[in-house]
Amino acid sequence: MLQFILRRLGIMALTMLCLTVVVFFLISLEPNLKKLAISQTESRATQEQLESWLQRNGYRQNFFVRYGQWLGVVKKQPNIDASTGKAVSRFVFCDEPDVATYSGILQGDFGCSTKFRVPVAQKLLPALGATGILMFWVMVTMVPVALLIGILAGMREGSRTDRTLSAVSIMTTATPEYVSGVIFSVIFASWLGWLNGSAASATTQGVNFYNFTLPVMTMAVYGIGYIARMTRASMVEVMTQQYIRTARLKGLSFRSVVIKHALRNALIAPFTVIMLQFPWLLTGVVIVETMFRYQGFGYTLVEAASNNDIDLLLACSLVSVFVVLFTQLLSDIGYAYLNPRIRVQ
Amino acid sequence: MNLEQIGTLQIIVSSVGRFWPVWLAIAMVMGTSFLYRKKLGLYGQLYETNVGLLGLAICFFWLFTAVFSSVIAPYDPISQIAVMKDALPGSVVPEGSGGGVYLFGGDKLSRDVFSRMVYGSQIVLIIAPAATLFALMVGATLGLPAGYYGGKIDTLLSFLANMVLAFPVILLFYLLVTPGIMDTPVPYVMAGVFFLFPIIFFCALFYTRFKNRPDRLYLLLGLTILLGGWVYLGLVFNADPLGIVSIDPNQLNIFIAVVFASSPGVFRIVRGLVMDIKTRDYVAAAQTRGETPWYIMLWEVLPNARGPLIVDTCLRIGYTTILLGTLGYFGLGLAPESPDWGTAIKDASRLLRTTIHPALPPTIALMSFVLGLNLLADALREQSLKD
Repeated sequence: MLQFILRRLGIMALTMLCLTVVVFFLISLEPNLKKLAISQTESRATQEQLESWLQRNGYRQNFFVRYGQWLGVVKKQPNIDASTGKAVSRFVFCDEPDVATYSGILQGDFGCSTKFRVPVAQKLLPALGATGILMFWVMVTMVPVALLIGILAGMREGSRTDRTLSAVSIMTTATPEYVSGVIFSVIFASWLGWLNGSAASATTQGVNFYNFTLPVMTMAVYGIGYIARMTRASMVEVMTQQYIRTARLKGLSFRSVVIKHALRNALIAPFTVIMLQFPWLLTGVVIVETMFRYQGFGYTLVEAASNNDIDLLLACSLVSVFVVLFTQLLSDIGYAYLNPRIRVQ
Repeated sequence: MNLEQIGTLQIIVSSVGRFWPVWLAIAMVMGTSFLYRKKLGLYGQLYETNVGLLGLAICFFWLFTAVFSSVIAPYDPISQIAVMKDALPGSVVPEGSGGGVYLFGGDKLSRDVFSRMVYGSQIVLIIAPAATLFALMVGATLGLPAGYYGGKIDTLLSFLANMVLAFPVILLFYLLVTPGIMDTPVPYVMAGVFFLFPIIFFCALFYTRFKNRPDRLYLLLGLTILLGGWVYLGLVFNADPLGIVSIDPNQLNIFIAVVFASSPGVFRIVRGLVMDIKTRDYVAAAQTRGETPWYIMLWEVLPNARGPLIVDTCLRIGYTTILLGTLGYFGLGLAPESPDWGTAIKDASRLLRTTIHPALPPTIALMSFVLGLNLLADALREQSLKD
């Protein structure tokens, strides 16, 4: 088991390395660097000024040198002030040192956000915290509701409850966040006026029912259908097993058969599905946070991407890839743990 | 200025009426299919269940809406009639500006919401199924050898697929569909690679089957390379000698991004199916006959994997539609005045505090189309499980 985990962690590191190279390549494409230079210099800068800005801040070095610097295996060079010839720090607003140092991901330095003018860690950590709160509430609503729908539907296959609940869950899988968000906002914020159509106040004044229900609801709805359908399928399969029939035949009530015998076995498959929902949830986070103006990870990602904020965008992709791969690993380990019939080789 | 209004009932009646070519086409196609359902195989079986009927009806509705867009929509999707800014549903356009009714009202830029919704279906119904088919061919061409041979090739391809899957779709789109990227060779290189797969796929398909029948083989191979090469030239290099096949660079970019995002999923499914099917007796029989591995993959394994693949394709078209909507919602790739549903939702959702009506038609359209595809997939799954 330990060997399995170590191997998976190795693959994870390799995947992250490869992906960051790809991301680095894409954001270092000429048009993207231009975009960055334009946003960082005055609006009427000439081509030469843009070029010299890129030159001065080290964006014209070799691709691998720059990647190495970001990774922390090549020394980051300070800028040379053209007039005095002295070394000065690259981005003053990030307290970058004015001597050449190894300072990259491996040293725990995520670099400097050119858009927000702060070190990446200082921007990213609060954003991740904010998204963590959102994710927590989404999970707290989504998982129980989805499991309940799935179990009630799968308990008696083909019954009226089953058909109604299946129709509901198929409806929700057809409703992406930007659709349900609009519909919920129209109903609850515009028509009924019960809830706040924006979660911007959640960042400043804290989370409360009025500003947070809509984002949570919007995100949960898309996931509910999928998890509920998986739970239903797994429940239906379990209910046809021999041991359920035995339990019924020995005179146990339907309720106790479902709760004591079926439920535990039926919940193994949904566990994996819930863990594998994270990549989807990440996309959902981006949409919901943009739609409801909540300053979390998704909002940061959009800002970083639209301003070509290189270090911030790289940190964002690193975090999201890590989350995805880590939950995959957890789901594999959890699956083996929950289901003794499956042993990891 | 106050605009004349028509009543709610009239709005409903006239919008249903505007779709008359669609109703006619649905009645004809579904009526004929219903009569001959016994002879139509899997497709005919869909007419036996309510879920299948409903799914088919919704999908046909949007398909024919896309086909007859210019007949159904009363206005041009991007033309503006200034007085109709934020007009409520059912507002009558003054005689001086051309007359008619804005059935679902006007949007912020005083365009007809109804016409935009109708024209939006065109973009979605061209790109989503086409991108899914391409993803299917890319995924199948790579997934077959990965599942069949296993070993190193499987490890490598699976690693690549997992890598793409580990990447959040939205970040991928932000990187691949930025406006600046059209000046770099990246999208064209990717298009060049992806559009090669269908040609390779069909060549391999015909070659393995008709290897010993040169008359057939040369004809089919020639046709594939000629047609494939023609489309390839038009799409990738925008250099179709006849000038018929061409694609807007933006749309090419979106197309590539969507194919790229969904082919690893197909790869994983094909690989899993092949690993299951290759243990069957008929594969062993073909191996004993001395058939080549590619013949077995393409003519023994693939046809037997069709059930799950058809279901997956249906679901995947829906998912691709959602992806396209996401692209539109973030304003990536598509032109800002494009009538597609995602862009329309984006425009409308920013103004929800003041006007609601432009937001609803595109959201309901997108939702109903994806719902139709999901229902269809459900019905297909049930039917293929029955056999």
